[in-house]
Amino acid sequence: MPAVSKGDGMRGLAVFISDIRNCKSKEAEIKRINKELANIRSKFKGDKALDGYSKKKYVCKLLFIFLLGHDIDFGHMEAVNLLSSNKYTEKQIGYLFISVLVNSNSDLIRLINNGIKNDLASRNPTFMNLALHCIANVGSREMAEAFASQIPNILVAGDTMDSVKQSAALCLLRLNRMSPDLVPMGEWTARVVHLLNDQHLGVVTAATSLITNLAQKSPDDFKTAVSLAVARLSRIVTSASIDLQDYTYYFVAAPWLSVKLLRLLQCYPPPEDAALRSRLTECLETILNKAQEPPKSKKVQHSNAKNAILFEAISLIILHDSEPTLLVRACNQLGQFLQHRETNLRYLALESMCTLASSEFSHEAVKTHIDTVINALKTERDVSVRQRAVDLLYAMCDRSNAKQIVAEMLSYLETADYSIREEIVLKVAILAEKYAVDYTWYVDTILNLIRIAGDYVSEEVWYRVIQIVINRDEVQGYAAKTVFEALQAPACHENLVKVGGYILGEFGNLIAGDSRSSPLVQFNLLHSKFHLCSVPTRALLLSAYIKFINLFPEVKTTIQDVLRSDSQLRNADVELQQRAVEYLRLSCIASTDILATVLEEMPPFPERESSILAKLKKKKGPGHLPDIDDARRNVNGSTEHSENAEAPKTGSNHPFTDLMSVNSPPPVANSLLVDVFSDISTPAPVDVCEENFSRFVCKNNGVIFENQLLQIGLKSEYRQNLGRMYVFFGNKTSTQFLSFSSSVASQDSLKAHILSATCVLSPQLNVHAKTVDPIIEGGAQVQQILNIECVSDFTDAPVLTIQFRYGGALQNITVKLPVMLNKFFQPTEMTSQDFFQRWKQLGAPQQEVQKIFKAKHPMDSEVTKAKILGFGVALLDGVDPNPANFVGAGVIHTKSTQVGCLLRLEPNTQAEMYRLTLRTSRDSVSQRLCDLLSDQF
Amino acid sequence: MCRGGVGRLISSGGEKTVFSSKMQFMLLFSRQGKLRLQKWYVPLSDKEKKKITRELVQTVLARKPKMCSFLEWRDLKIVYKRYASLYFCCAIEDQDNELITLEIIHRYVELLDKYFGSVCELDIIFNFEKAYFILDEFLLGGEAQETSKKNVLKAIEQADLLQEEAETPRSVLEEIGLT
Repeated sequence: MPAVSKGDGMRGLAVFISDIRNCKSKEAEIKRINKELANIRSKFKGDKALDGYSKKKYVCKLLFIFLLGHDIDFGHMEAVNLLSSNKYTEKQIGYLFISVLVNSNSDLIRLINNGIKNDLASRNPTFMNLALHCIANVGSREMAEAFASQIPNILVAGDTMDSVKQSAALCLLRLNRMSPDLVPMGEWTARVVHLLNDQHLGVVTAATSLITNLAQKSPDDFKTAVSLAVARLSRIVTSASIDLQDYTYYFVAAPWLSVKLLRLLQCYPPPEDAALRSRLTECLETILNKAQEPPKSKKVQHSNAKNAILFEAISLIILHDSEPTLLVRACNQLGQFLQHRETNLRYLALESMCTLASSEFSHEAVKTHIDTVINALKTERDVSVRQRAVDLLYAMCDRSNAKQIVAEMLSYLETADYSIREEIVLKVAILAEKYAVDYTWYVDTILNLIRIAGDYVSEEVWYRVIQIVINRDEVQGYAAKTVFEALQAPACHENLVKVGGYILGEFGNLIAGDSRSSPLVQFNLLHSKFHLCSVPTRALLLSAYIKFINLFPEVKTTIQDVLRSDSQLRNADVELQQRAVEYLRLSCIASTDILATVLEEMPPFPERESSILAKLKKKKGPGHLPDIDDARRNVNGSTEHSENAEAPKTGSNHPFTDLMSVNSPPPVANSLLVDVFSDISTPAPVDVCEENFSRFVCKNNGVIFENQLLQIGLKSEYRQNLGRMYVFFGNKTSTQFLSFSSSVASQDSLKAHILSATCVLSPQLNVHAKTVDPIIEGGAQVQQILNIECVSDFTDAPVLTIQFRYGGALQNITVKLPVMLNKFFQPTEMTSQDFFQRWKQLGAPQQEVQKIFKAKHPMDSEVTKAKILGFGVALLDGVDPNPANFVGAGVIHTKSTQVGCLLRLEPNTQAEMYRLTLRTSRDSVSQRLCDLLSDQF
Repeated sequence: MCRGGVGRLISSGGEKTVFSSKMQFMLLFSRQGKLRLQKWYVPLSDKEKKKITRELVQTVLARKPKMCSFLEWRDLKIVYKRYASLYFCCAIEDQDNELITLEIIHRYVELLDKYFGSVCELDIIFNFEKAYFILDEFLLGGEAQETSKKNVLKAIEQADLLQEEAETPRSVLEEIGLT
């Protein structure tokens, strides 16, 4: 028996605990517990009424058993009974049992609530506190329903004891977190704010937590808290350490309260009132100054408490991001901590600097610490600290130091902990792409990544390198040469085989002139890896082989032999077998021209958000990661930050992933194999269907037409003045469509009855339609590709004319294609200053078009944002002084010229009206864009 | 470089959101991994609690002495410190202040120490209910309620006085054999 100290515990309980501790085995323990449970059960069920003390003791034993990890399925009722005891200790144990063990047994909750109600009404502060603690601990919805309206009254009542106020404040905070809808706002809120002035620092501490929580929900209602919080903080930071008596902790004045006040202030922007603002700045300066003073104690508690306040102050400084001197001072302070002997401080300094790196005022200052951070990466013994160093390097990276940082990360990767390798790989891949000045460096870096940490290189990473190589002519030859060399290694990672296979399949011809990398050498090299690879990689290699047949006729027979071998043609894997069969057949029957068309070089990929970045975001969670793309508030020029848009799509419907995905059929372009120009008589013009046209103004994909027979779906991509539209014709019937044809005309030419089979030229817009298979089987879908070029700005959209025979009847359908001027937008990011300068430059009356119109849809700002972005312009935050307004900018690309465009949309939610203003350098463009966009809201 | 889309929407969400500091739970466990106290400030099922406890005890016990007191765990931050044979471990949210949490732990240890008089693990085992009461006086809903050591101990001692008044005759009865 240990010497149990105070409060004269329950002897029976102590004996029981001793017994448990003396058990030699788990079995013995369980036996002892079962014996005790049986004993308690019999006591609870027994005829003899138990007195309060016994009940308390048994309930406490049950609680102990539960805390050992055993299930308890009785005793709840006895615990609830204890609540109505007027002995404090019995009540206390009853409440403890409930707060530890209660689940939402509704019958019980009603009884518990009854006990709580009585105690709250008792006017006995100790009982009231117990009841409030229980509500705060359980925090269930039923409790919120019962008490959420009563607690505010207890909190602000003049005669409530301080300790009860403290409990009430935090109890209310818990309820507001769990069931915010049940906590009524009202007259009490104003009085709660004034608790910041309370004499009792314990009350202020508890109230500050509550106010912070409430202010997050409705900042406007608690605005007055700002000045009170600043005043309070100011008094604390300037106080002598003894002033606050017991609230001074190791010579630091009220550290918990200070941290909470600083956190409350983080709910608000910097105060507008100059005096208040300078008072706050003074506080922050004082806190920074104190960090430089010699410590008043050598105890770690002293420095922890002091630095807790300091870090919270730095968070506020970073969040306000408005005082350059403070930011730079904060950065210097953190710089000192980077070399501190306390691991904890080094960790926090690295972490905090990550956010500083995203401020334009302090980005440069953060960069000066690069060597220390790199050193941390190499020497820190704790992986969590090294992880922070990686994060910081990532956050401080820009064009000037990218090569150094990427090199350091790569070399760290060789020895990095397995748990963080994948993340480092993603980061390196992103930085390498983002700051690549020449893409040869980028290609080298990614190949290095695969070499060093191939297993951690996810699909997103190697997909991306291929996208980039395909989109940039200048790097293709180098990429082919480099992968060819890398593949020479006797053992190379499968990911390298994938990249190598893909790139040589596309660009092997660029290095085929050299006899050391002749077509046959390339093929043999790839094929030597074939048997070591998994099915998806083999499938990819087969596609590379068929591409080789097209690129290099001289190896055709060698490859055909390979395809013809039993191991391919009769491969047990159906995907590989199908590819082998189809590729072999294709290579035998198709003419060179057809082969060249089918297997032509991949078209450039539409630029979009790097899927790697999306992956990293997903891994870290939004807001978790200092986002180098967006968070750096525009200091390094705008272009490098404006590259991403569009949701990450990793779908297999993209032509690129199709080729690699084993789940989709081989990419034999069905529409092109049979090159038939169907000879159909000119159909009579019919009504043009424009029903769904306007739905495509702000989006690119969807169903444009549908009737009982046919569904027409669209997918389109645009880049600068070029576009490509995939038109999908779906036969909804079970019967063939015969003599199917589909062609494009401009509306004008349609009126003039001039139709040509494939190619239509209107002066402003070129649309080239590839021909489409004349037969669509029942239930099948065929695809037609339209290539679009915008020559100059235009108004009329082209129309698609479809003809086919269904059951003998000739069907004519004409659909207006959603090719609008705004599709050729490229979003432009700019600062508020640039925006207004350009806005003024476009001040001529004919350059501006304005329209005021009634809202057709509910006025949801997120939807509006999405629409404006879908329209193609960049949304500029913080330009318009009124945050409810939307401001956007973009450039229309046509072959002949580029037209800059600025727009502003002002919603008036009360009147349910909008005002849209557009300014461009061309009146026809302004008018057209205005017509298109105003129709969308 | 590319057409509009929702990408920008995602990134404009990069604005930092400030959460009120929010402790999710506090665990006390021994060197041997035995849980001595658990306090949950968020509603979780018993199953989840057990899983979290198991994982976390393992993670923390595996760490070496001189390592940093903070670690990222799932989407939370763990702040822990060892006192003799006991580990005190708090889970806080990403934006929360690690150092002040470390001192919350220390203040709680001080309170236990003062109350029991050089507290040891056995005190907490045999008087677990007291450990809970003291914690409730100090932290409520995961927030510091009363940071003054004097005030917390005053509240607990007052309760003990109530207890002693009520208990004394009972203890005698118990001695006689009413166990």
